Amino acid sequence: MEEKPSDAPEHCPGTQSDNAGKASACAGCPNQTICASGAPRGPDPSVELVRARMSGVRSKLFVLSGKGGVGKSTFSNLLARSLASRFPDKNVALLDIDICGPSQPRMMGALNEQVHQSGSGWCPVYVEENLALMSIGFLLGSSDDAVIWRGPRKNNMIRQFLSEVDWGDSLDFMVLDTPPGTSDEHLSAASYLVSKTPGEDDGARAILVTSPSEVAIADVRREATFCKRVGLKVVGVVENMAAFVCPHCKVTSEIFPRDRGGGEKLSEEMELPFLGSVPLDPVLARACDEGQDVLSTMADSPTLAAISAIVDRILSAV
Amino acid sequence: MEDNSSVQHVILVLSGKGGVGKSTVSVQLALGLREKGFKVGLLDVDLCGPSVPHLLGLEGSSVHRCPEGWVPVYADKEQKLAVMSIGFLLADKNESVIWRGPKKTSMIKTFLQDVHWQELDYLIIDTPPGTSDEHITVVENLANICDGAVLVTTPQLVAIEDVKKECNFCLRTGIAILGIVENMSGYVCPNCKECSNVFSSGGGKSLAELSNYPFLGAVPIDPRVNGGNRSESIMKSMPSTPAGQAYDQILTRLLQSIEENVQRKKNGMEVSN
Repeated sequence: MEEKPSDAPEHCPGTQSDNAGKASACAGCPNQTICASGAPRGPDPSVELVRARMSGVRSKLFVLSGKGGVGKSTFSNLLARSLASRFPDKNVALLDIDICGPSQPRMMGALNEQVHQSGSGWCPVYVEENLALMSIGFLLGSSDDAVIWRGPRKNNMIRQFLSEVDWGDSLDFMVLDTPPGTSDEHLSAASYLVSKTPGEDDGARAILVTSPSEVAIADVRREATFCKRVGLKVVGVVENMAAFVCPHCKVTSEIFPRDRGGGEKLSEEMELPFLGSVPLDPVLARACDEGQDVLSTMADSPTLAAISAIVDRILSAV
Repeated sequence: MEDNSSVQHVILVLSGKGGVGKSTVSVQLALGLREKGFKVGLLDVDLCGPSVPHLLGLEGSSVHRCPEGWVPVYADKEQKLAVMSIGFLLADKNESVIWRGPKKTSMIKTFLQDVHWQELDYLIIDTPPGTSDEHITVVENLANICDGAVLVTTPQLVAIEDVKKECNFCLRTGIAILGIVENMSGYVCPNCKECSNVFSSGGGKSLAELSNYPFLGAVPIDPRVNGGNRSESIMKSMPSTPAGQAYDQILTRLLQSIEENVQRKKNGMEVSN
């Protein structure tokens, strides 16, 4: 992976390159001598630090999707809440690494909470006794503030989330809610949490979320390639927003038509398990938006039954 | 842009949130402008999830080089709609672009500098969600010649919140906001014709009113917008549907908004002179 500082000269060969400090673009760069000396070419020291800190976390579940707006955040939210309510004596963390568009503070009903710095690091926001939440949303002055950051600054934030948040003594599950795409945030989180040693179980697993439309499926295919490339094991594919039940006439229709088979076909094609299909329930979606704990307020919704079956499948796989 | 002298108007399509229909709106605006007789360029700077090739039915096309730079893919025989996307540069559909910021930045610079658009009336730029590398790069390179941005949102609170962030981004980078489009506003049940608000409704409109930006229109969910004929806009193929009418209104208001913005800039210049 080629590493370039954000303020590097235009044609910087990258600090890890053989030409570092020697290329014509390096002339005049304040770091030229450091790069040219070639001395500290070792791996990023923070990787070990984060890994040590995270080694106690049994399962790290990445909720991924190449496409935006398919329900990653809603699914992560419900997954974290279900895990916390199923295992009252286990600790669950939800980490929102969507730096530019954090949704979890709103969905967890923790919009105006703030995180505090203590001796052992940042103290996350506890939504339930055993459910901790961390998001950049808690660090912004106002929810309208834009985070206009390039990659390296986002990476730094994620490293801090992983190494400097006081998650408590033992964490059993960490659910990571990610932004769309296959870029900085994903690479950073994967480089910290996925083990490079073959055979070693790092506990990192990915769940791919898609909607049935062909555009979303195309992006999720790319995400599956990403997982393969970084060595992140995939638990399976969740198809969200599959059917829509009209609240008026109760007839089911497809808002996002399955042009070519939807999530099930995708999982077949990519040889990944299909975890299930979640119907779209507008009332539930709105309740999630408002930060309600829908597991207790709307327990009889068919959407939650589908989620519950998916959580079963995820648990048996990890 | 190197030869930007030939591009009359540049419009950014932005949204903090993903999956709200930026690409769909970009494609419909591009098709609509072409049908009004303009020469249009559509640049897709979403490198990790390019959707424009699929939405226009152009998968499998490839770009060529000419002495002036890259030749974009033309969506029609008359060569009035030129399209550029990283999707045209990828070998197969499974291939993913796993790049960190700096590499994305240099790719976008190449797109902005080396694509030979020839003469264009409008260049529409479709962006990925967020306020990061891609956006900063586009804005840094085009701030002087960009007419402004169209913000796309869906009506839910989470999306509105992200779009507010995007408004802030525009304010801080000095990009004019040409207007707000509320997409996926209601879904008409094909069985009983009852319109239900899948993702609630009215959010975009109230955001526009609150922040004093032009509200361009609300588009209901209609699976046909992206299905069927991909070489015509919904305004032409289904002019009587609510979605077709909504897009028609959006385009008219957008052109007004661009005109007003140009006037404002002119007046501003006269004052400063």
